[in-house]
Amino acid sequence: MLDLISSTLTQGLIYALLSYGVYITYSVLDFPDLTVDSSFPLGAAVTTVLLIGGMNPWLTLVCATLAGAAAGLCTGLIHVRLGVRDLLAGIITMTALSSINLLIGGSNQTVDRGTDTIFTSAPVMGLFGGLTLSARKLIVSLVLAVVVKLILDAYFRTKSGLLLRAVGDNSTLVTTLAQNKGNMKILGVVMANALVALCGGVLAQEQRSYSAVMGIGQVVFGLATVIIGVTIVRFFTSSKPAQGMGKVPVLRVLATPQGTTAVLLGSILYKFCIQIAINLGLPANMLKFITAALFLLVLVLAGRKGEEIIHA
Amino acid sequence: MLEIRGLKKVYNPGTVTEMTLFDGFDLSVPDGQFVSIVGSNGSGKTSLLNIICGSIPMDGGDVVVDGKSLRKLKDFQRYGTIGRVYQNPSLGTAPNLTMLENLSLADNKGKGFGLTRGINRKRQDFYRQELSGLGLGLEDKLDVKMGALSGGQRQAVALLMATLTPLQFLILDEHTAALDPRTAEAIMVLTGKLVREKRLTALMVTHNLRYAVEYGDRLLMLDRGKIALDRAGEEKAATTTDDILQIFGQISMQ
Repeated sequence: MLDLISSTLTQGLIYALLSYGVYITYSVLDFPDLTVDSSFPLGAAVTTVLLIGGMNPWLTLVCATLAGAAAGLCTGLIHVRLGVRDLLAGIITMTALSSINLLIGGSNQTVDRGTDTIFTSAPVMGLFGGLTLSARKLIVSLVLAVVVKLILDAYFRTKSGLLLRAVGDNSTLVTTLAQNKGNMKILGVVMANALVALCGGVLAQEQRSYSAVMGIGQVVFGLATVIIGVTIVRFFTSSKPAQGMGKVPVLRVLATPQGTTAVLLGSILYKFCIQIAINLGLPANMLKFITAALFLLVLVLAGRKGEEIIHA
Repeated sequence: MLEIRGLKKVYNPGTVTEMTLFDGFDLSVPDGQFVSIVGSNGSGKTSLLNIICGSIPMDGGDVVVDGKSLRKLKDFQRYGTIGRVYQNPSLGTAPNLTMLENLSLADNKGKGFGLTRGINRKRQDFYRQELSGLGLGLEDKLDVKMGALSGGQRQAVALLMATLTPLQFLILDEHTAALDPRTAEAIMVLTGKLVREKRLTALMVTHNLRYAVEYGDRLLMLDRGKIALDRAGEEKAATTTDDILQIFGQISMQ
Protein backbone atom coordinates (compact mmCIF):
# COMPACT_ATOMS: atom_id res chain seq x y z
CA MET A 1 0.00 0.00 0.00
CA LEU A 2 2.73 2.41 1.02
CA ASP A 3 4.64 1.39 -2.07
CA LEU A 4 1.66 2.19 -4.24
CA ILE A 5 1.26 5.62 -2.64
CA SER A 6 4.95 6.31 -3.07
CA SER A 7 4.95 5.30 -6.73
CA THR A 8 1.78 7.28 -7.49
CA LEU A 9 3.30 10.30 -5.78
CA THR A 10 6.44 9.85 -7.87
CA GLN A 11 4.34 9.74 -11.02
CA GLY A 12 2.48 12.89 -9.99
CA LEU A 13 5.73 14.72 -9.31
CA ILE A 14 7.29 13.69 -12.63
CA TYR A 15 4.15 14.61 -14.57
CA ALA A 16 4.12 17.99 -12.83
CA LEU A 17 6.92 18.94 -15.24
CA LEU A 18 4.51 18.39 -18.13
CA SER A 19 1.77 20.26 -16.28
CA TYR A 20 4.06 23.29 -15.87
CA GLY A 21 4.54 23.25 -19.63
CA VAL A 22 0.81 23.09 -20.36
CA TYR A 23 0.28 25.78 -17.74
CA ILE A 24 2.65 28.10 -19.62
CA THR A 25 1.00 27.66 -22.99
CA TYR A 26 -2.64 27.28 -22.08
CA SER A 27 -2.98 29.34 -18.96
CA VAL A 28 -0.28 32.01 -19.23
CA LEU A 29 -0.06 32.42 -23.00
CA ASP A 30 -3.65 31.45 -23.88
CA PHE A 31 -2.22 29.20 -26.59
CA PRO A 32 -3.89 25.76 -26.96
CA ASP A 33 -0.74 23.83 -27.82
CA LEU A 34 -1.19 20.26 -29.03
CA THR A 35 2.53 19.77 -29.73
CA VAL A 36 2.66 18.23 -26.25
CA ASP A 37 1.34 14.84 -27.41
CA SER A 38 4.48 14.44 -29.52
CA SER A 39 7.10 16.45 -27.66
CA PHE A 40 6.49 14.22 -24.63
CA PRO A 41 7.52 10.96 -26.39
CA LEU A 42 10.25 12.95 -28.19
CA GLY A 43 11.89 13.61 -24.82
CA ALA A 44 11.51 9.94 -23.92
CA ALA A 45 12.93 8.74 -27.25
CA VAL A 46 15.96 11.02 -27.10
CA THR A 47 16.64 10.04 -23.50
CA THR A 48 16.38 6.27 -23.95
CA VAL A 49 18.42 6.17 -27.16
CA LEU A 50 21.20 8.26 -25.63
CA LEU A 51 21.03 6.30 -22.39
CA ILE A 52 21.42 3.02 -24.27
CA GLY A 53 24.28 4.65 -26.16
CA GLY A 54 26.04 5.17 -22.85
CA MET A 55 25.54 8.88 -22.20
CA ASN A 56 25.39 10.25 -18.66
CA PRO A 57 21.70 10.06 -17.59
CA TRP A 58 21.58 13.71 -16.50
CA LEU A 59 23.09 14.80 -19.79
CA THR A 60 20.45 12.84 -21.71
CA LEU A 61 17.81 14.95 -19.94
CA VAL A 62 19.54 18.12 -21.12
CA CYS A 63 19.40 16.74 -24.68
CA ALA A 64 15.72 15.78 -24.27
CA THR A 65 14.92 19.29 -23.02
CA LEU A 66 16.69 20.87 -25.99
CA ALA A 67 14.84 18.55 -28.39
CA GLY A 68 11.54 19.60 -26.84
CA ALA A 69 12.56 23.25 -27.14
CA ALA A 70 13.23 22.70 -30.84
CA ALA A 71 9.77 21.13 -31.24
CA GLY A 72 8.24 24.15 -29.52
CA LEU A 73 10.24 26.45 -31.76
CA CYS A 74 8.70 24.75 -34.81
CA THR A 75 5.16 25.26 -33.51
CA GLY A 76 5.96 28.84 -32.52
CA LEU A 77 7.47 29.71 -35.89
CA ILE A 78 4.64 28.06 -37.82
CA HIS A 79 2.12 30.08 -35.84
CA VAL A 80 3.92 33.44 -35.65
CA ARG A 81 5.97 33.63 -38.82
CA LEU A 82 3.75 31.64 -41.18
CA GLY A 83 0.52 32.92 -39.69
CA VAL A 84 -1.11 29.54 -39.07
CA ARG A 85 -3.71 29.41 -36.28
CA ASP A 86 -2.27 28.34 -32.92
CA LEU A 87 -4.30 25.13 -32.65
CA LEU A 88 -3.39 24.05 -36.20
CA ALA A 89 0.27 24.97 -35.78
CA GLY A 90 0.43 22.58 -32.81
CA ILE A 91 -1.35 19.82 -34.73
CA ILE A 92 1.07 20.16 -37.66
CA THR A 93 4.15 19.87 -35.45
CA MET A 94 2.58 17.05 -33.44
CA THR A 95 1.88 15.02 -36.56
CA ALA A 96 5.25 15.63 -38.18
CA LEU A 97 7.01 14.93 -34.92
CA SER A 98 5.43 11.51 -34.49
CA SER A 99 7.44 10.38 -37.54
CA ILE A 100 10.57 11.95 -36.11
CA ASN A 101 9.96 10.08 -32.86
CA LEU A 102 9.75 6.77 -34.76
CA LEU A 103 12.94 7.73 -36.57
CA ILE A 104 14.78 8.40 -33.31
CA GLY A 105 13.44 5.66 -31.08
CA GLY A 106 11.44 3.26 -33.23
CA SER A 107 8.15 2.18 -31.72
CA ASN A 108 9.63 0.82 -28.48
CA GLN A 109 12.88 0.96 -26.52
CA THR A 110 13.84 -0.71 -23.27
CA VAL A 111 16.73 0.32 -21.07
CA ASP A 112 18.24 -2.77 -19.43
CA ARG A 113 18.90 -3.04 -15.69
CA GLY A 114 22.63 -2.66 -16.15
CA THR A 115 22.33 0.91 -17.45
CA ASP A 116 22.36 3.69 -14.88
CA THR A 117 19.45 6.14 -14.81
CA ILE A 118 19.28 9.40 -12.85
CA PHE A 119 17.77 7.36 -10.01
CA THR A 120 20.83 5.11 -9.80
CA SER A 121 23.43 7.68 -10.90
CA ALA A 122 26.52 8.32 -8.77
CA PRO A 123 25.46 11.60 -7.10
CA VAL A 124 22.07 10.19 -6.09
CA MET A 125 23.56 6.90 -4.84
CA GLY A 126 26.16 8.87 -2.89
CA LEU A 127 23.47 10.77 -1.04
CA PHE A 128 20.63 8.25 -0.81
CA GLY A 129 22.33 4.93 -1.59
CA GLY A 130 20.98 3.44 1.63
CA LEU A 131 17.36 3.90 0.58
CA THR A 132 15.22 1.66 -1.59
CA LEU A 133 14.91 2.41 -5.31
CA SER A 134 11.32 3.62 -4.97
CA ALA A 135 12.31 6.00 -2.15
CA ARG A 136 15.13 7.35 -4.32
CA LYS A 137 12.71 7.83 -7.21
CA LEU A 138 10.38 9.76 -4.93
CA ILE A 139 13.17 12.02 -3.65
CA VAL A 140 14.66 12.72 -7.07
CA SER A 141 11.24 13.48 -8.59
CA LEU A 142 10.36 15.72 -5.67
CA VAL A 143 13.60 17.68 -6.03
CA LEU A 144 13.10 18.00 -9.80
CA ALA A 145 9.48 19.13 -9.50
CA VAL A 146 10.28 21.68 -6.78
CA VAL A 147 13.46 23.03 -8.39
CA VAL A 148 11.74 23.52 -11.76
CA LYS A 149 8.80 25.18 -10.01
CA LEU A 150 11.10 27.61 -8.19
CA ILE A 151 12.97 28.44 -11.39
CA LEU A 152 9.68 29.12 -13.18
CA ASP A 153 8.39 31.25 -10.31
CA ALA A 154 11.59 33.26 -10.38
CA TYR A 155 11.30 33.66 -14.14
CA PHE A 156 7.71 34.90 -13.93
CA ARG A 157 8.91 37.65 -11.63
CA THR A 158 11.48 38.94 -14.12
CA LYS A 159 10.77 41.62 -16.73
CA SER A 160 10.71 38.98 -19.44
CA GLY A 161 8.35 36.85 -17.32
CA LEU A 162 6.00 39.77 -16.72
CA LEU A 163 5.95 40.46 -20.45
CA LEU A 164 5.18 36.78 -21.18
CA ARG A 165 2.22 36.95 -18.80
CA ALA A 166 1.09 40.18 -20.45
CA VAL A 167 1.14 38.55 -23.92
CA GLY A 168 -1.47 35.99 -22.85
CA ASP A 169 -3.42 38.59 -20.94
CA ASN A 170 -3.52 41.46 -23.44
CA SER A 171 -1.28 41.19 -26.48
CA THR A 172 -2.24 44.69 -27.68
CA LEU A 173 -0.56 46.10 -24.59
CA VAL A 174 2.65 44.26 -25.45
CA THR A 175 2.64 45.84 -28.91
CA THR A 176 2.13 49.33 -27.45
CA LEU A 177 5.05 48.59 -25.13
CA ALA A 178 7.09 48.37 -28.35
CA GLN A 179 7.75 44.66 -27.92
CA ASN A 180 7.28 41.92 -30.50
CA LYS A 181 4.43 39.81 -29.14
CA GLY A 182 5.20 37.06 -31.66
CA ASN A 183 8.67 36.53 -30.24
CA MET A 184 7.26 36.29 -26.72
CA LYS A 185 4.73 33.67 -27.86
CA ILE A 186 7.53 31.66 -29.47
CA LEU A 187 9.57 31.90 -26.27
CA GLY A 188 6.63 30.61 -24.24
CA VAL A 189 5.92 27.66 -26.53
CA VAL A 190 9.64 26.79 -26.57
CA MET A 191 9.80 26.80 -22.77
CA ALA A 192 6.61 24.76 -22.48
CA ASN A 193 7.71 22.01 -24.85
CA ALA A 194 11.18 21.91 -23.31
CA LEU A 195 9.49 21.11 -19.99
CA VAL A 196 7.19 18.54 -21.58
CA ALA A 197 10.12 16.75 -23.21
CA LEU A 198 12.06 16.88 -19.94
CA CYS A 199 9.07 15.19 -18.33
CA GLY A 200 9.08 12.52 -21.05
CA GLY A 201 12.80 11.98 -20.46
CA VAL A 202 12.48 11.62 -16.70
CA LEU A 203 9.53 9.26 -17.07
CA ALA A 204 11.40 7.12 -19.59
CA GLN A 205 14.24 6.77 -17.08
CA GLU A 206 11.82 6.00 -14.28
CA GLN A 207 10.09 3.18 -16.19
CA ARG A 208 13.20 2.27 -18.22
CA SER A 209 11.24 2.31 -21.45
CA TYR A 210 9.99 4.44 -24.29
CA SER A 211 7.00 3.85 -26.50
CA ALA A 212 5.95 5.90 -29.52
CA VAL A 213 2.35 5.97 -28.27
CA MET A 214 3.13 7.20 -24.76
CA GLY A 215 2.18 10.76 -25.77
CA ILE A 216 -1.48 10.04 -26.48
CA GLY A 217 -3.72 11.99 -24.14
CA GLN A 218 -0.96 13.97 -22.48
CA VAL A 219 -2.47 17.31 -23.49
CA VAL A 220 -5.73 16.32 -21.84
CA PHE A 221 -3.84 15.20 -18.75
CA GLY A 222 -1.96 18.51 -18.64
CA LEU A 223 -5.10 20.60 -19.06
CA ALA A 224 -6.93 18.60 -16.41
CA THR A 225 -4.15 19.09 -13.87
CA VAL A 226 -4.04 22.82 -14.54
CA ILE A 227 -7.79 23.16 -14.06
CA ILE A 228 -7.95 20.88 -11.01
CA GLY A 229 -5.04 22.63 -9.36
CA VAL A 230 -6.17 26.15 -10.05
CA THR A 231 -9.77 25.40 -9.02
CA ILE A 232 -8.78 23.77 -5.75
CA VAL A 233 -6.27 26.40 -4.76
CA ARG A 234 -8.73 29.13 -5.64
CA PHE A 235 -11.40 27.40 -3.55
CA PHE A 236 -9.16 27.37 -0.49
CA THR A 237 -7.75 30.83 -0.99
CA SER A 238 -10.90 32.63 -2.06
CA SER A 239 -11.37 35.76 0.01
CA LYS A 240 -15.14 35.47 -0.30
CA PRO A 241 -16.28 32.96 2.35
CA ALA A 242 -19.36 32.05 0.31
CA GLN A 243 -17.17 30.79 -2.49
CA GLY A 244 -14.48 29.06 -0.54
CA MET A 245 -13.16 28.12 2.84
CA GLY A 246 -12.17 31.68 3.62
CA LYS A 247 -8.66 32.83 3.86
CA VAL A 248 -6.04 30.15 4.28
CA PRO A 249 -2.84 32.19 4.33
CA VAL A 250 -0.51 29.22 3.86
CA LEU A 251 -2.23 28.16 0.65
CA ARG A 252 -2.42 31.75 -0.48
CA VAL A 253 1.34 32.06 -0.19
CA LEU A 254 1.79 28.75 -1.99
CA ALA A 255 -0.41 29.97 -4.81
CA THR A 256 1.59 33.12 -5.50
CA PRO A 257 2.64 34.36 -7.81
CA GLN A 258 1.80 32.06 -10.67
CA GLY A 259 -0.08 29.00 -9.71
CA THR A 260 2.79 26.61 -10.45
CA THR A 261 2.05 25.25 -7.00
CA ALA A 262 -1.56 24.72 -7.96
CA VAL A 263 -0.46 22.82 -11.04
CA LEU A 264 1.95 20.68 -9.01
CA LEU A 265 -0.84 19.76 -6.60
CA GLY A 266 -3.21 19.15 -9.51
CA SER A 267 -0.79 16.74 -11.12
CA ILE A 268 -0.34 14.69 -7.96
CA LEU A 269 -4.06 14.65 -7.24
CA TYR A 270 -4.91 13.60 -10.78
CA LYS A 271 -2.47 10.70 -10.71
CA PHE A 272 -4.04 9.55 -7.44
CA CYS A 273 -7.53 9.71 -8.93
CA ILE A 274 -6.46 7.57 -11.86
CA GLN A 275 -4.63 5.13 -9.58
CA ILE A 276 -7.70 4.79 -7.41
CA ALA A 277 -9.83 4.07 -10.47
CA ILE A 278 -7.40 1.35 -11.55
CA ASN A 279 -7.33 -0.12 -8.05
CA LEU A 280 -11.09 -0.28 -8.08
CA GLY A 281 -10.73 -2.78 -10.89
CA LEU A 282 -10.80 -0.74 -14.08
CA PRO A 283 -8.62 -2.43 -16.71
CA ALA A 284 -5.40 -0.67 -17.68
CA ASN A 285 -6.65 -0.41 -21.27
CA MET A 286 -9.25 2.02 -19.98
CA LEU A 287 -6.57 4.43 -18.71
CA LYS A 288 -7.06 7.05 -21.41
CA PHE A 289 -10.80 6.73 -21.08
CA ILE A 290 -10.53 7.49 -17.38
CA THR A 291 -8.17 10.38 -18.08
CA ALA A 292 -10.69 11.94 -20.46
CA ALA A 293 -13.72 11.17 -18.28
CA LEU A 294 -12.04 12.68 -15.23
CA PHE A 295 -11.19 15.78 -17.25
CA LEU A 296 -14.84 16.15 -18.23
CA LEU A 297 -15.87 15.71 -14.61
CA VAL A 298 -13.39 18.35 -13.49
CA LEU A 299 -14.62 20.81 -16.12
CA VAL A 300 -18.23 20.35 -15.05
CA LEU A 301 -17.41 20.49 -11.33
CA ALA A 302 -15.40 23.65 -11.87
CA GLY A 303 -18.79 25.21 -12.50
CA ARG A 304 -18.67 25.10 -16.29
CA LYS A 305 -16.31 27.98 -15.91
CA GLY A 306 -13.26 25.98 -16.80
CA GLU A 307 -12.32 28.47 -19.47
CA GLU A 308 -12.70 31.37 -17.12
CA ILE A 309 -10.74 29.71 -14.39
CA ILE A 310 -7.93 28.56 -16.58
CA HIS A 311 -7.26 31.98 -17.97
CA ALA A 312 -7.30 33.74 -14.66
CA MET B 1 7.14 67.19 -36.02
CA LEU B 2 4.77 64.61 -37.46
CA GLU B 3 4.18 64.77 -41.19
CA ILE B 4 1.84 62.72 -43.32
CA ARG B 5 2.73 63.11 -46.96
CA GLY B 6 0.56 62.08 -49.91
CA LEU B 7 -1.14 59.32 -47.96
CA LYS B 8 -3.13 56.84 -50.00
CA LYS B 9 -5.40 54.16 -48.58
CA VAL B 10 -7.77 51.97 -50.55
CA TYR B 11 -10.06 49.46 -48.84
CA ASN B 12 -11.04 46.23 -50.62
CA PRO B 13 -9.00 46.98 -53.75
CA GLY B 14 -10.11 45.19 -56.90
CA THR B 15 -13.57 44.29 -55.60
CA VAL B 16 -16.99 45.85 -56.12
CA THR B 17 -16.77 47.36 -52.66
CA GLU B 18 -13.49 49.11 -53.46
CA MET B 19 -13.33 52.37 -51.54
CA THR B 20 -10.58 54.96 -51.74
CA LEU B 21 -10.43 56.62 -48.35
CA PHE B 22 -7.27 58.72 -48.59
CA ASP B 23 -5.83 59.93 -51.88
CA GLY B 24 -2.98 62.36 -51.46
CA PHE B 25 -3.76 63.27 -47.86
CA ASP B 26 -1.29 65.70 -46.22
CA LEU B 27 -1.04 66.76 -42.62
CA SER B 28 1.72 68.18 -40.48
CA VAL B 29 1.63 68.51 -36.73
CA PRO B 30 4.34 70.60 -35.06
CA ASP B 31 5.84 69.46 -31.75
CA GLY B 32 3.78 70.22 -28.69
CA GLN B 33 0.50 70.64 -30.55
CA PHE B 34 -2.65 69.02 -29.18
CA VAL B 35 -4.89 68.18 -32.15
CA SER B 36 -8.53 67.17 -31.79
CA ILE B 37 -9.93 65.28 -34.74
CA VAL B 38 -13.67 65.00 -35.37
CA GLY B 39 -15.68 63.61 -38.25
CA SER B 40 -18.58 61.29 -38.97
CA ASN B 41 -18.26 57.51 -39.15
CA GLY B 42 -16.16 56.46 -42.11
CA SER B 43 -14.48 59.85 -42.41
CA GLY B 44 -11.09 58.25 -41.82
CA LYS B 45 -10.27 59.36 -38.28
CA THR B 46 -9.47 55.97 -36.84
CA SER B 47 -7.88 54.77 -40.10
CA LEU B 48 -5.54 57.74 -39.90
CA LEU B 49 -4.45 56.82 -36.38
CA ASN B 50 -4.06 53.16 -37.34
CA ILE B 51 -1.93 54.08 -40.34
CA ILE B 52 0.32 56.32 -38.24
CA CYS B 53 0.80 53.51 -35.71
CA GLY B 54 1.29 50.84 -38.36
CA SER B 55 -1.75 48.81 -37.26
CA ILE B 56 -2.98 48.84 -40.87
CA PRO B 57 -0.81 49.21 -44.00
CA MET B 58 -0.92 52.24 -46.28
CA ASP B 59 -1.06 52.03 -50.06
CA GLY B 60 1.04 55.07 -50.80
CA GLY B 61 2.64 58.12 -49.25
CA ASP B 62 4.63 58.29 -46.07
CA VAL B 63 4.48 59.02 -42.36
CA VAL B 64 7.51 61.03 -41.28
CA VAL B 65 8.46 61.83 -37.70
CA ASP B 66 11.27 64.34 -37.14
CA GLY B 67 12.46 63.73 -40.69
CA LYS B 68 12.49 59.94 -40.40
CA SER B 69 10.13 57.76 -42.37
CA LEU B 70 8.13 55.23 -40.37
CA ARG B 71 6.99 53.37 -43.45
CA LYS B 72 9.26 50.37 -43.10
CA LEU B 73 8.80 50.01 -39.35
CA LYS B 74 6.42 47.38 -37.92
CA ASP B 75 3.75 48.49 -35.47
CA PHE B 76 5.63 47.42 -32.34
CA GLN B 77 8.75 49.24 -33.54
CA ARG B 78 6.82 52.47 -34.04
CA TYR B 79 5.39 52.30 -30.54
CA GLY B 80 8.90 52.83 -29.19
CA THR B 81 8.15 56.56 -29.17
CA ILE B 82 4.37 56.57 -29.59
CA GLY B 83 1.94 56.20 -26.72
CA ARG B 84 -1.62 55.09 -27.39
CA VAL B 85 -4.83 54.91 -25.43
CA TYR B 86 -7.69 52.95 -26.96
CA GLN B 87 -11.45 53.35 -26.84
CA ASN B 88 -11.77 50.01 -25.04
CA PRO B 89 -10.43 50.44 -21.48
CA SER B 90 -9.38 46.75 -21.38
CA LEU B 91 -6.86 47.24 -24.17
CA GLY B 92 -4.59 49.57 -22.22
CA THR B 93 -3.75 47.31 -19.30
CA ALA B 94 -3.25 43.61 -18.55
CA PRO B 95 -6.27 42.54 -16.42
CA ASN B 96 -4.64 39.63 -14.59
CA LEU B 97 -1.55 41.57 -13.64
CA THR B 98 -1.57 43.90 -10.66
CA MET B 99 -1.48 47.64 -11.12
CA LEU B 100 2.12 47.68 -9.88
CA GLU B 101 3.06 45.03 -12.47
CA ASN B 102 1.28 46.97 -15.21
CA LEU B 103 2.99 50.23 -14.27
CA SER B 104 6.36 48.46 -14.05
CA LEU B 105 5.90 47.11 -17.57
CA ALA B 106 5.00 50.54 -18.91
CA ASP B 107 7.85 52.15 -16.99
CA ASN B 108 10.26 49.73 -18.64
CA LYS B 109 9.17 50.53 -22.19
CA GLY B 110 12.18 51.07 -24.42
CA LYS B 111 14.62 49.58 -21.91
CA GLY B 112 14.51 45.91 -22.86
CA PHE B 113 12.77 43.08 -21.04
CA GLY B 114 15.50 40.81 -19.72
CA LEU B 115 15.91 38.61 -16.68
CA THR B 116 16.17 41.33 -14.07
CA ARG B 117 13.44 41.82 -11.50
CA GLY B 118 10.14 42.76 -13.12
CA ILE B 119 8.80 45.10 -10.49
CA ASN B 120 10.86 47.82 -8.96
CA ARG B 121 9.67 48.48 -5.42
CA LYS B 122 11.82 51.62 -5.31
CA ARG B 123 9.56 53.22 -7.89
CA GLN B 124 6.45 52.53 -5.77
CA ASP B 125 6.45 55.95 -4.16
CA PHE B 126 6.71 57.56 -7.57
CA TYR B 127 3.78 55.47 -8.86
CA ARG B 128 1.73 56.33 -5.78
CA GLN B 129 2.43 60.00 -6.33
CA GLU B 130 1.42 59.80 -10.00
CA LEU B 131 -1.70 57.79 -9.12
CA SER B 132 -2.77 60.21 -6.42
CA GLY B 133 -2.56 62.91 -9.09
CA LEU B 134 -5.41 61.12 -10.85
CA GLY B 135 -7.61 61.75 -7.84
CA LEU B 136 -9.32 58.38 -8.03
CA GLY B 137 -7.95 56.87 -4.83
CA LEU B 138 -5.89 54.39 -6.82
CA GLU B 139 -2.66 55.02 -4.93
CA ASP B 140 -3.59 52.40 -2.31
CA LYS B 141 -4.43 49.75 -4.89
CA LEU B 142 -1.01 48.98 -6.36
CA ASP B 143 -1.35 45.28 -5.54
CA VAL B 144 -4.87 44.95 -6.93
CA LYS B 145 -5.35 43.20 -10.27
CA MET B 146 -6.29 45.64 -13.03
CA GLY B 147 -9.30 43.51 -13.96
CA ALA B 148 -10.88 44.32 -10.58
CA LEU B 149 -10.99 48.04 -11.34
CA SER B 150 -13.75 49.93 -13.14
CA GLY B 151 -13.49 50.97 -16.79
CA GLY B 152 -12.79 54.58 -15.85
CA GLN B 153 -10.09 53.63 -13.37
CA ARG B 154 -8.48 51.32 -15.93
CA GLN B 155 -8.57 54.05 -18.56
CA ALA B 156 -6.93 56.50 -16.16
CA VAL B 157 -4.15 54.00 -15.45
CA ALA B 158 -3.83 53.27 -19.19
CA LEU B 159 -3.40 56.99 -19.82
CA LEU B 160 -0.76 57.20 -17.12
CA MET B 161 1.01 54.11 -18.49
CA ALA B 162 1.01 55.48 -22.03
CA THR B 163 2.69 58.69 -20.89
CA LEU B 164 5.14 57.26 -18.34
CA THR B 165 8.10 57.15 -20.72
CA PRO B 166 9.31 59.94 -23.07
CA LEU B 167 7.14 60.13 -26.20
CA GLN B 168 7.25 61.74 -29.61
CA PHE B 169 3.50 61.83 -29.61
CA LEU B 170 0.42 60.47 -27.92
CA ILE B 171 -2.47 58.89 -29.79
CA LEU B 172 -5.90 59.04 -28.16
CA ASP B 173 -8.37 56.89 -30.04
CA GLU B 174 -11.86 57.89 -28.82
CA HIS B 175 -10.51 57.14 -25.38
CA THR B 176 -13.55 58.48 -23.51
CA ALA B 177 -16.22 56.97 -25.76
CA ALA B 178 -16.79 53.84 -23.69
CA LEU B 179 -17.09 55.68 -20.38
CA ASP B 180 -20.08 57.19 -18.57
CA PRO B 181 -20.36 61.00 -18.89
CA ARG B 182 -18.91 61.78 -15.47
CA THR B 183 -15.95 59.44 -15.85
CA ALA B 184 -15.39 60.65 -19.42
CA GLU B 185 -15.22 64.20 -18.12
CA ALA B 186 -12.68 63.19 -15.45
CA ILE B 187 -10.53 61.35 -17.99
CA MET B 188 -10.61 64.38 -20.31
CA VAL B 189 -9.54 66.73 -17.52
CA LEU B 190 -6.74 64.30 -16.75
CA THR B 191 -5.77 64.09 -20.42
CA GLY B 192 -5.56 67.88 -20.69
CA LYS B 193 -3.45 68.01 -17.55
CA LEU B 194 -1.04 65.25 -18.65
CA VAL B 195 -0.60 66.67 -22.15
CA ARG B 196 0.10 70.13 -20.71
CA GLU B 197 2.42 68.99 -17.93
CA LYS B 198 4.46 66.63 -20.07
CA ARG B 199 4.33 68.99 -23.09
CA LEU B 200 3.14 66.17 -25.32
CA THR B 201 2.26 66.27 -28.97
CA ALA B 202 -1.14 64.62 -29.09
CA LEU B 203 -3.68 63.47 -31.65
CA MET B 204 -7.10 62.89 -30.18
CA VAL B 205 -9.98 61.41 -32.12
CA THR B 206 -13.32 62.09 -30.48
CA HIS B 207 -17.02 62.02 -31.23
CA ASN B 208 -17.66 64.51 -28.50
CA LEU B 209 -17.68 67.93 -30.19
CA ARG B 210 -17.51 69.74 -26.88
CA TYR B 211 -14.26 68.00 -25.96
CA ALA B 212 -12.90 68.83 -29.41
CA VAL B 213 -13.74 72.49 -28.88
CA GLU B 214 -12.63 72.74 -25.25
CA TYR B 215 -9.42 70.78 -25.48
CA GLY B 216 -6.42 71.04 -27.70
CA ASP B 217 -5.01 73.92 -29.70
CA ARG B 218 -6.00 72.72 -33.13
CA LEU B 219 -9.23 71.29 -34.46
CA LEU B 220 -9.49 69.09 -37.52
CA MET B 221 -12.65 67.87 -39.11
CA LEU B 222 -12.34 65.00 -41.55
CA ASP B 223 -14.84 64.13 -44.23
CA ARG B 224 -14.40 61.15 -46.53
CA GLY B 225 -10.62 61.22 -46.22
CA LYS B 226 -10.23 64.98 -46.66
CA ILE B 227 -9.72 67.79 -44.21
CA ALA B 228 -13.00 69.69 -44.11
CA LEU B 229 -11.96 72.08 -41.39
CA ASP B 230 -8.60 73.00 -39.87
CA ARG B 231 -8.53 75.65 -37.19
CA ALA B 232 -5.69 76.48 -34.83
CA GLY B 233 -4.74 79.18 -32.37
CA GLU B 234 -7.18 82.06 -31.83
CA GLU B 235 -9.41 80.94 -34.64
CA LYS B 236 -9.77 77.58 -32.86
CA ALA B 237 -10.28 79.30 -29.52
CA ALA B 238 -13.15 81.30 -30.99
CA THR B 239 -14.87 78.23 -32.39
CA THR B 240 -17.94 76.99 -30.54
CA THR B 241 -19.69 73.64 -30.50
CA ASP B 242 -22.55 75.22 -32.47
CA ASP B 243 -20.14 76.31 -35.24
CA ILE B 244 -18.87 72.78 -35.55
CA LEU B 245 -22.36 71.33 -35.54
CA GLN B 246 -23.35 73.69 -38.32
CA ILE B 247 -20.37 72.74 -40.48
CA PHE B 248 -21.06 69.11 -39.69
CA GLY B 249 -24.60 69.59 -40.95
CA GLN B 250 -23.45 71.23 -44.18
CA ILE B 251 -21.12 68.32 -44.91
CA SER B 252 -23.83 65.75 -44.32
CA MET B 253 -26.14 67.62 -46.71
CA GLN B 254 -23.74 67.34 -49.63
